[in-house]
Amino acid sequence: MIANLGYGSLVITFLSSLYGVFAAIYGVRRKEPAWVDSARHAMLLTFPLLTITALSIIYLLVAGHYEVSYVASVTSESMPLFLKVTALWGGQAGSLVFWSWLMAAFASAVTLRKWERDREFLPWVIVVSLVTLAFFLLLNIFVENPFERLWLTPSGNVQPAMFQPSGATLFTPQDGQGLNPLLRHPGMIIHPPMLYLGFVSFIIPYAFAIAALITGRTDDRWIRITRRWTLVAWLFLSLGLILGGRWAYDVLGWGGYWGWDPVEIAAFMPWLTGTAFLHSVMTQEKRGILKHWNMVLIILTYDLVIFGTFLTRSGILSSVHAFAQSAIGPLFFSFIGLTFVASLALLMNRWNELKAENEMSSVFSREALFLLNNFLFIGILVVCFWGVIFPLVSEALGIVGQRIPALSHIFTGQKVTVGPPYYERATGPLFAGLLFLMGIAPLSAWRHSTFKTLGRAVWKPLAASIVVLAIILISGVHNWAALLGFWLSAFVALVTLYEFWRAALARHRQHGESLPEALWRLAGRNRRRYGGYVIHLGVVLMAIGIIGIEMFQTETQATLKQGESLSLGRYTITYDSLANFDYRDGRNVSRAVVSVTRDGKYVGQLFPRRDYYYESQQPMTIPGVRSTWEDDFYVLLVDWQPISTQSATFKVYHNPLVNWLWFGGIVFILGTLVAAWPDRDPEPAAVKATSRFKGAEASAR
Amino acid sequence: MQNTTASRSGGRAKFVVGGLLILAAVIYLIISSSQANAQYFLTIDELMANQSENMNRNLRISGAVIGDSIQYDPETLRLSFEVAHVPGDNKEIESLGGLAAVLHQAVTDPDRQRMTVIYTGVKPDLLRHEAQAIMTGKLGADGIFYADELLLKCPTKYEEAVPEQAQK
Repeated sequence: MIANLGYGSLVITFLSSLYGVFAAIYGVRRKEPAWVDSARHAMLLTFPLLTITALSIIYLLVAGHYEVSYVASVTSESMPLFLKVTALWGGQAGSLVFWSWLMAAFASAVTLRKWERDREFLPWVIVVSLVTLAFFLLLNIFVENPFERLWLTPSGNVQPAMFQPSGATLFTPQDGQGLNPLLRHPGMIIHPPMLYLGFVSFIIPYAFAIAALITGRTDDRWIRITRRWTLVAWLFLSLGLILGGRWAYDVLGWGGYWGWDPVEIAAFMPWLTGTAFLHSVMTQEKRGILKHWNMVLIILTYDLVIFGTFLTRSGILSSVHAFAQSAIGPLFFSFIGLTFVASLALLMNRWNELKAENEMSSVFSREALFLLNNFLFIGILVVCFWGVIFPLVSEALGIVGQRIPALSHIFTGQKVTVGPPYYERATGPLFAGLLFLMGIAPLSAWRHSTFKTLGRAVWKPLAASIVVLAIILISGVHNWAALLGFWLSAFVALVTLYEFWRAALARHRQHGESLPEALWRLAGRNRRRYGGYVIHLGVVLMAIGIIGIEMFQTETQATLKQGESLSLGRYTITYDSLANFDYRDGRNVSRAVVSVTRDGKYVGQLFPRRDYYYESQQPMTIPGVRSTWEDDFYVLLVDWQPISTQSATFKVYHNPLVNWLWFGGIVFILGTLVAAWPDRDPEPAAVKATSRFKGAEASAR
Repeated sequence: MQNTTASRSGGRAKFVVGGLLILAAVIYLIISSSQANAQYFLTIDELMANQSENMNRNLRISGAVIGDSIQYDPETLRLSFEVAHVPGDNKEIESLGGLAAVLHQAVTDPDRQRMTVIYTGVKPDLLRHEAQAIMTGKLGADGIFYADELLLKCPTKYEEAVPEQAQK
């Protein structure tokens, strides 16, 4: 019953989307606003309809309707309520519905804005949003239907189908299979939704870009309207990536946070183009240049979002995240190809209208450094993209090796893949370049900036950063890559703090405000700029954490009898005891107690454990961790003597500075919130906004 | 804004050269890194048919884990197990009834090519009968595969259309 309701609602949403696309185009063609208004209503209808669908699935999951195939595959009786609800995005079919639901929410929210001066965009924003939505609904209705039920056919087979096959009876299993234990973590509540929110909200700026191309209103109005949307999209995507790292660190049991897994990269790629876009639109607003480039970036971001969803959902690449393989691959591929070609065709059509208003003249100007930053982001994107598709293209590229003997050892024609070392080596220098730019770009001026003027601004923080470098060197760090990384981090941090200081001091002198008050007002006056600086500080903190764990992580392992000890660096653990008990949510827990000393001083106990899930017959290792600013001491319980618990095997990691990574992540997100915070006057006129920013610019110098 | 034509074209040339330099750097990084870190994707049949050629290469092999062969010594953390050949091509797997079915066939077929794998480290939680192991490492002269990295997938733990009870 409820399944039929949810399915019916899904089908009606699909039809309503198709109608909306048709009505919007017809309304524009016939110049009849009533049709566009009708399309707008169709758009607004999608959200409540999909809410019914999503709530139906949640109801089925929570009430344990195991005759529904999806419910049986992702939940079981013993799962706690919150996991039953989050199982909505625990499997393929449900997560596609969830995607569409969020998409409908965002698209409806954008149609509710005041359109007065931007009426001509409305129909095309609706068309782009609804075409995207219709594509995902199509997948749900015809390929990945979350409402399919299990039927027992006369021949004794159980098969899933939406409608009763002739002669079949409904089959209801006793219990479901349960969610993969790896997904049974509080991170499951928040990480996938954040990532999905980031994905879907990037569709809004894309929709406006396409609307601008179709209508020919190619000034930077579309960028101004979507500025906040883009920041919000970026906020969610960043949050999703950071939370995913934290989840991996807590759950996957190897003290890692990022494994260059294709699915991680799939979420990272739109982030790269999105970040390039956020920087690059500023040059268009300030200088009227790079207009084509911004269009290309937002088109790329949109298709990378779809590509990212495709990679996670199609099982085309082997990955720890991969779901089952399914038939949705070719559909995704066609959709990406079509939208990409169509978008580029529209861009070509308006190419001449997007001419730059100015020339970029000075190599050290802010806009030139922003362009360089874009090149580096795109460079990282290319590295990532190449790495992801390499297994797919390496066979095909054998032909190149045959034709050009010099390249035959690169293009061998065998199926070849690349692992994390490839990504680390190829992106490392590019990330270092980005850090360096982050240090000098805030000090360069728009339009004209020479080596001399830049040098005058930069020498103080540069000198201070070299002092920091010397201190780190003296303290005993001799790894050159780590030294370079720490120096760059110090440089960026000092430049950023120096910028805050300079501007706050100027206000303090001009307006007689106290320094903290000046700092507060400053951030309020130009949120994007100072929010951006806070984000830069967050990146620096994260970089310090990454350098710490990547270059200075140590590990050891041993089998200990009760009372025996194992040392790693300044830490020693002593195996005290091990308890084994059943827990009410269907798992058996083996929990060890170890005492930890640091430099011979007792600092506490840790409880590494191993949970065994009966129904899925899968164990899961949960580390015991002692976290401080300086390091994480991370203990895993590997094995033990089953009954006597006389001895147990432990693996321990020492992860220096890793908490800077998580703290940096929080700073990063706070900075993004500052930048995206709504202004008091909603939508200031474009002219006013420009002059205001110029004013802020002048007062900040 | 009132630049002379000369400085304009001069300015543009600087950016074109700069852009080309970055492009060259990125291409260099990609080619040198992918060469240094390439891992050859082979099936067990392919590897066993061509042992000498693949002896010193970084390999990435996928196979079905034989549950009875798993031996783990917690003292030394030495893990050894056997894997059976599974096809490498997604389409082929699909046509044989999906990954779960292919893995099941692989472990039940006694004529399948098998290979012993040795790995030192923590025993992965997902290592068990019929799991898919994706191993990175090198083939030893003794015909044993020494894995540096071990990834496991249990397709039955993800989505499957029919619950296990239904097959009884």
